[in-house]
Amino acid sequence: MVENAVLDPSRWQFALTALYHFFFVPLTLGLIVIVAIMETIYVKTEKEIYKDMARFWGKLFSINFAIGVATGLTMEFQFGTNWSYYSHFVGDIFGAPLAIEGLVAFFLESTLFGLMLFGWDRMSRKKHLAVTWLTALGTNLSAMWILVANGWMQYPVGSALNPETVRHEVLNFFDVVLNPVAQAKFLHTVCGGYVFGAMFVLGISSWYLLRGRDIQFARKSFTVAAIFGFFASFAVVFFGHESGSHVNEYQPAKMAAMEAHYDGVDGCVDFKLFAWPSYKSSTDFTEKDSWVSIPCGTSLINYYKPKMEQTKGERVLGAKQIVEQNVVRVKNGIIADEALQVISGKQVFSHPEDRANALQTARINFDKYKQDWGYGQLVKAVIPKDRSIASATEEEIQQAAELTIPSGMPFLFWTFRIMVGLGLWFILLFSWAVLSVVKGNVGRSTLLSKLSLWSILLPLVAIECGWFLAEHGRQPWAIDGVLPTFLAVSGITVTEVWFTLVTIIALYTGFLIAELYLMFKYARLGPSSLKTGRYSLENSRSREV
Amino acid sequence: MFSYDQLRFIWWLLIGVLMLLWAITDGFDIGVGILLKVIGKTDEERRIMINSVAPHWDGNQVWLVTSGGAMFAAWPIAYATAFSGFYLALMLVLMALFFRPMGFEYRSKIDSPVWRNLWDWGLVIGSLVPALVIGVAFGNLLQGVPFDFIPNATSANSQLANNINMPFYHGGFNGNELGGIFSGFIGLISLLNWYGLIAGLLSVFMLVAHGGAFLQLKTSDQIRARSEKATCISALLACFLFVVAGVLLYFFIDGYQVTSTIADNGLSTPAVNKIVESGSAFWFRNYAQMPWLYVFPLLGILGFLGAALGSTKHKCIFTFVSTSIAILGVVFTAGVSMFPFVIPSSTTMNHSLTIWDTTSSYGTLGIMTLVALVMTPVVLAYNIWGYYVMRGRVTSEYIRKNSNKLY
Repeated sequence: MVENAVLDPSRWQFALTALYHFFFVPLTLGLIVIVAIMETIYVKTEKEIYKDMARFWGKLFSINFAIGVATGLTMEFQFGTNWSYYSHFVGDIFGAPLAIEGLVAFFLESTLFGLMLFGWDRMSRKKHLAVTWLTALGTNLSAMWILVANGWMQYPVGSALNPETVRHEVLNFFDVVLNPVAQAKFLHTVCGGYVFGAMFVLGISSWYLLRGRDIQFARKSFTVAAIFGFFASFAVVFFGHESGSHVNEYQPAKMAAMEAHYDGVDGCVDFKLFAWPSYKSSTDFTEKDSWVSIPCGTSLINYYKPKMEQTKGERVLGAKQIVEQNVVRVKNGIIADEALQVISGKQVFSHPEDRANALQTARINFDKYKQDWGYGQLVKAVIPKDRSIASATEEEIQQAAELTIPSGMPFLFWTFRIMVGLGLWFILLFSWAVLSVVKGNVGRSTLLSKLSLWSILLPLVAIECGWFLAEHGRQPWAIDGVLPTFLAVSGITVTEVWFTLVTIIALYTGFLIAELYLMFKYARLGPSSLKTGRYSLENSRSREV
Repeated sequence: MFSYDQLRFIWWLLIGVLMLLWAITDGFDIGVGILLKVIGKTDEERRIMINSVAPHWDGNQVWLVTSGGAMFAAWPIAYATAFSGFYLALMLVLMALFFRPMGFEYRSKIDSPVWRNLWDWGLVIGSLVPALVIGVAFGNLLQGVPFDFIPNATSANSQLANNINMPFYHGGFNGNELGGIFSGFIGLISLLNWYGLIAGLLSVFMLVAHGGAFLQLKTSDQIRARSEKATCISALLACFLFVVAGVLLYFFIDGYQVTSTIADNGLSTPAVNKIVESGSAFWFRNYAQMPWLYVFPLLGILGFLGAALGSTKHKCIFTFVSTSIAILGVVFTAGVSMFPFVIPSSTTMNHSLTIWDTTSSYGTLGIMTLVALVMTPVVLAYNIWGYYVMRGRVTSEYIRKNSNKLY
């Protein structure tokens, strides 16, 4: 049994630092596009108010951007520091998008961010507009490259395990970049960011409207946010559905967990609306455990063919079938691992001839079963330390296969539903907001303004739910079907990890408090913080909050 | 287009160039950060200093991030070994670096002395710690680092290692055998040996001289005068430490050398197929073979001396070029000494990582070369344009006039 005390704190560290980083990234993604749109209108219409809008929302953007940069540094370091075997094993293929992200995206956003902030008076309006759009492009490109990397962890294509170096190496880099999972994920994620950015502007503008302050400024901001958010909210659901069908096709275990499908169903599949999944293992579950179901709901959503067919993606696999399939894969993986020991020279032979003979068989076996090598490694999680995985009993193989269904099913089930529910709520809210824009009565409905204000953080809730679903839903894998998470950690000590975990989170929390303080301060000040002399609070400093 | 060994050499050079560009660009804003409390006596003076680098520091820092990313992609084994082996040291750098984006962006957003003072210290720490620790790390690389690929019984994942050829980072690197649960901390302290400290101080004074040179370019009056003094003193100190480090390296630090043949087109499996020995002055063998390489240490020394001279003569452009040349000299002096080693192992020398057996596959190196060759000039071009747009000195009037817009 793998008793690696470093694993849990390392996972907590990664999860918490990613979670914190993701508080800020989506807002960065959305807000910069909105700022660029406002500046575009300014350049087209030459109305100062749009410049003020771009500058004010840009100010809030920069407060958020700084903490995004700080927390982002950790992400770049962490693969090497805490997940060194992961880095060793797949750096060949995973490192490339990260390096490209630096060269193509980080440079663009970071260099031009400085010029966007300080270059207003130093270049023509059109040049500045180009700088703002390029900053936006940089942030979006960085999202793309990191999701190419993440998409590969969800659905590893374009690479293969080289038995001689015992590392995954690239076969076709275009497959990695054009990975359908990655591209759908990218679009879904940036659209989520756009919704957050739009809700942020919509909500704060509504607050000014409710207070009757800076009405012109607030209305115009509201309008931009409403229209942008309207399209984004539809797009995020559309690409979410696209992502979901990829999960169904490529990560059936994740789908089974988030939809609480225990046993494959022939015919129409109900959608469990409310439930607390009771699944424990592929032999221990209650078939009907949902309180409310939509008959045939799942089939409708996914356009399943009514008859169960063996083709992937056209039937609903339950956890039970997945475990059954994976028992076979675990067995294959054990054979692949034995072959790998021979090829990599780990297994010692007394005669060169023996080795030559063994090598021949090993190569054949390895080529046949290398896809399942990672499944064989799962046995290490259930077998005593002094035994090799080749000696695994049927029962242990079964236990290893059970691990392929992600744990914590109720949390996956519910984060999915919260995310989808919120996605639908944003469509409603933005539709209403757009309606008020079209009718020309922005700010008249107090209820709409209040709902917008209260919804500011809801996109963030949806986004964090989606992140949890994607990343926890991938467990027990660091790379789906390739490398179990418990193999990926560094050979460092528990004390070290706990020390850094606590220190980083303490620092982050301090930074977050500072960020929120500044955000509230400047959001309350509103456009008056620009000190142009055109806004409500500028002559009464005492009212500054 | 290129063969595997050529690509491997190109990537040694590219990572060297990326680190050099980081040291030259981010180096000056780190230098300015270290000097913040030394040169900037009032809030306005500190704002002048901060705003001299404000539009550029973030872009400059990306050279560091990209160096890390490039190591990940091109030298995954070295990336994994160094980052987990120097765990606490790197985490220290990381935590210090947090304070830079926060400090730059948040400092002037609230007009309170306490708030500003807090972030000022943040900026000092965020600049001083990375400069020092990265220097110390290089000082330790030259001495060799205790790691190898032999699983060690005290490690939690030794069983895993045994079964799948997992490389294993252990020993005094983390001090595993010595300190039990505190071994990581003992490992951190063991990095602070006298040679490591000399290298760390060299790195700090080098970047201070460079930061001072940048301030000479971008500021006027008193701050400029103080910067000249700072550059002059620190350049001379750095020059002295550089020479001392070289002499000590020759007489007291054993270098490493691959004494067997090594297949430069071979597999990236550093634990097999080569013999490495260590001995006195081995780090000077590349220089002995190709004496023209002495140009790099010479550039280092001349650069520092030129910077000291330029500062006293008020030649700011000459001074900045000199400190840049000094950095180039120092970085490549270390790189050439260690070639072809990336991380020499002091416990099992044969397991040392070299550029011939630590890289990613031919395919990845090829793709990354293409991307780097296309993107690096583009990045440099818009960076230079950025400096051009923001040209001119930062003055008190400028700060007062744009108080609300600036950092």
